[in-house]
Amino acid sequence: MTGMLEVSVWRGSGEEGAYESYQVPARENQTVLDVVSWIQQSVDPSLTYRYACRVGMCGSCAMMVNGQPRWTCRTHVKRVLERGGLRVGPLRNLPVIKDLAADMDPFFDKWVKAGGVHPPSRTRYQPIQPVRPDDPGRVEANKAIECINCSVCYAACDTVTGNPDYLGPAALQRAWTLFNDAKVQDRQAILDGVSGAGGCHNCHSQGSCTRFCPNELDPLSAIAGLKRASARSFLKQRRQEC
Amino acid sequence: MLTLGLYMAQRLSAMALAPLVLGHLAVMVYAIQGGLSTAEILGRTQGSIWWFLFYGSFVVAVSIHAAIGLRVIVHEVTRLRGPWLEIFTYGTGIVLLFMGARAVSAVTML
Repeated sequence: MTGMLEVSVWRGSGEEGAYESYQVPARENQTVLDVVSWIQQSVDPSLTYRYACRVGMCGSCAMMVNGQPRWTCRTHVKRVLERGGLRVGPLRNLPVIKDLAADMDPFFDKWVKAGGVHPPSRTRYQPIQPVRPDDPGRVEANKAIECINCSVCYAACDTVTGNPDYLGPAALQRAWTLFNDAKVQDRQAILDGVSGAGGCHNCHSQGSCTRFCPNELDPLSAIAGLKRASARSFLKQRRQEC
Repeated sequence: MLTLGLYMAQRLSAMALAPLVLGHLAVMVYAIQGGLSTAEILGRTQGSIWWFLFYGSFVVAVSIHAAIGLRVIVHEVTRLRGPWLEIFTYGTGIVLLFMGARAVSAVTML
């Protein structure tokens, strides 16, 4: 690949801003993050964006690329190029701090609200609880532990767009992991945490989270698991009351 | 804006609706193909406790299911929330229940 790329990048603070165009040299091997970094280093040092590891580990460089959420450090330009151009914007469904840097606070606040902090069932003075790797609960929990909190699923989710109170796929997937964790004792507390007004029952099962997850995780199935578990718990409680 | 209670109400009403809708479609096909007149249909339904229970439960399930479904759509499209969203949900359910009950009573009561 040679020549120049036509790249438009969102510039602005808060809700104010517009896309600005840049000409960026095309390379044979080039990620979207490389393109953004080139603009910042060669054209406009004031361009604000966020990244750290550059190898798909830290989850900090996610942006909207041609309208779709991507981890930019692992997204090759030639895979996402549309009519020779790129349109790079801040992550959807989150407030913008400046340019391409989205405010991640709502995302992490919901993570905590969904009970994302591990509630231990033993103290440090008790022996460590053994966990069998082939235990069905552990196998289910393992499916989501590679989440890097990049917020790509959150940006892809149309339910979050329509319902800002909705906890979102990442937080709910974390709750499902804890629900299946043998070391968590109070599972009902986890179900209660995801059964409120913004909880898992608001998911429309559109599946954008699973489609766009860069680590190929499956938040859609995790949310379906929470729905099933909470429905069973609801019916069980009603039976006990009768 | 769905809580677990509303989610369960919508799913359980959907479970009730599935056989009722199939039964209703079967009745429609039978009535049309058999060439029944309005008077003949009313002759079968009026005074029938079974048709009253069939369409009565249909109306109750529809009122619950549709009110919750519309609640979600209205919240996500217009951002309506709080007491006004509750008023909309219960209002929709009550209006549907009233209209349905009126139709069922007209068809099944003597």
